[in-house]
Amino acid sequence: MTVNELKQTANQIRADAVTMIHDAATGHTGGAMSAADILTALYCRILNVYPDDPKNPDRDRFFLSKGHSCEGYYAVLAHRGFFDKKELATFSRAGSRIIGHPNNQVPGVEVCTGALGHGLPVAVGAALGAKRTGKGYRVYCLMGDGEQAEGSVWEAAMAGANYRLDNLFAMVDRNGLQISGSTEDVMALEDFKAKWQAFGWDVCEVDGNDMEALVNYFEGEHAKDKPHMLIAHTIKGKGLPFAENKAEWHHKVPSDEQLTEAYRALDVKGASFK
Amino acid sequence: MSMSTLRGAFTQRILELAKEDKSIFTLATDSRGSVTLGDYAKQLPEQFVECGIAEQDAVGIAAGLADAGLRPFVCGPACFFSMRSAEQVKVDVAYSHMNVKIIGVSGGVSYGALGSTHHSTQDIALMRAIPSLEVFLPSDAVQMRCLTDYLAASNEPAFVRVGRGAVEDIYAPGTSFTVGKAVKLAEGKDAAIIAAGETVCRALKAAQMLKNESINVSVYDMFTIKPLDCEAISEAAETGFVLTVEEHSIYGGLGGAVAEYLSQNKPTRMKILGLPDEKYYTGTSNEVFAHYGLDENGIARALKAGLNA
Ligand SMILES: [Mg+2]
Repeated sequence: MTVNELKQTANQIRADAVTMIHDAATGHTGGAMSAADILTALYCRILNVYPDDPKNPDRDRFFLSKGHSCEGYYAVLAHRGFFDKKELATFSRAGSRIIGHPNNQVPGVEVCTGALGHGLPVAVGAALGAKRTGKGYRVYCLMGDGEQAEGSVWEAAMAGANYRLDNLFAMVDRNGLQISGSTEDVMALEDFKAKWQAFGWDVCEVDGNDMEALVNYFEGEHAKDKPHMLIAHTIKGKGLPFAENKAEWHHKVPSDEQLTEAYRALDVKGASFK
Repeated sequence: MSMSTLRGAFTQRILELAKEDKSIFTLATDSRGSVTLGDYAKQLPEQFVECGIAEQDAVGIAAGLADAGLRPFVCGPACFFSMRSAEQVKVDVAYSHMNVKIIGVSGGVSYGALGSTHHSTQDIALMRAIPSLEVFLPSDAVQMRCLTDYLAASNEPAFVRVGRGAVEDIYAPGTSFTVGKAVKLAEGKDAAIIAAGETVCRALKAAQMLKNESINVSVYDMFTIKPLDCEAISEAAETGFVLTVEEHSIYGGLGGAVAEYLSQNKPTRMKILGLPDEKYYTGTSNEVFAHYGLDENGIARALKAGLNA
């Protein structure tokens, strides 16, 4: 997919996610919007995945550690054909497998996530497993910035560097906000880049809502013998004028009017699964 | 009577199996000494992962190795894996249904005088309440060896608790066991004792002592805490009185599991013998057992008191 197609797809993913949240009257709007470009870049261009054979042993692994941003994740998995798009309409409905955090009963989801600080240790294990078995796949893990206060993230940061996992690509959706407000007010992260560098990681920063920058990063050259950390500076609620940079939109649900406004702002006709 | 450690039986067998099956991995948390994984780490460094003192990370890494198609065994003190990393066991392993085996060593009050930071006496209660996680408390080295074969072949996540010291052999070498099936070690019509782990050999001795007083009791080794052998419990209840004995809190462990079954299916008089809800008396493992009546004398005493109540 070209960068322009990826941009359009990311907006469609946003529209699908915000519709799922609107229809189910529950969900995590802000983070789903900030991470939509990263998820689209990965699933529609970067990842070597097999929608018809989701457990193919050579697949790249992706772990959504910030599991609350699952709406965009489910939408992009459906877009890639891991399951029928129509199923997105069952989001958070009684008995559905498309629940409010990633569920690995859904094809394409590796492990259940949602309790924060869990994704990176699992990603370290998968990357180490690839190294030990001589497999060439890469392992990707997307975390939230509020999530960085979890101690288990830093246990895994140590292990990733210790085992020189240069097949491991961790990312932080650095939208600067978490449920109670600014990350710097709740539990300060800065100097965030220096922290990851001090832990022995190869750290890059990009505008995480700039599709071209994301693609260039993933397709570019990467340091050897070190795991990689991408600090993706994003806007929480990106693409929804009423939600951008507002902490309360962490899990606020859009009204009917806001849904219409969202489609207009995203320049899409509506949800693709309806 | 020969004595062996269960951790030794595990590490010896897993080394043999891992030499044949390259997908078997063991992970340690600076615990290769306490688990007795030193030889394994030296002989199979490519199938060994040192995680440092980081139990949460270790369980997560194990889930990731399983996602990579491997068969990881995470090994370290039961107290830390059942509590520090309880959420990783629940989410990354059980809820995600990843093929990870957790081998908790030095369980119960094995660490004796080190105190309750190092005791694991809530682990059965915690682990057995997690859906899709099997829970085992083997009673001797022969059983542990057989269980290791099962674990290496199984695709189900499991938590295994073993003690630290050498325990008396109960079973003849080569005895085989079936998951979900308790072992009836003594036959008697007056009462039944259901034990697990290191209380099994003591329960057997208590049964012998009671026999000398013409009290005949059945003894069951319920090494398979989950899946639980409800048929054996039902059979034990036919005697009219069931005594459970465990190196665990009296809340939520083996006694709790037996009581849950009997109270709802076959109400039977019973007594739960275990560690009381208090700050524990400390000493060697044997001293703690004696203090709380978990040794053969205490078990015999509790059984007679129950029968006469
Ligand atoms: Mg955030």
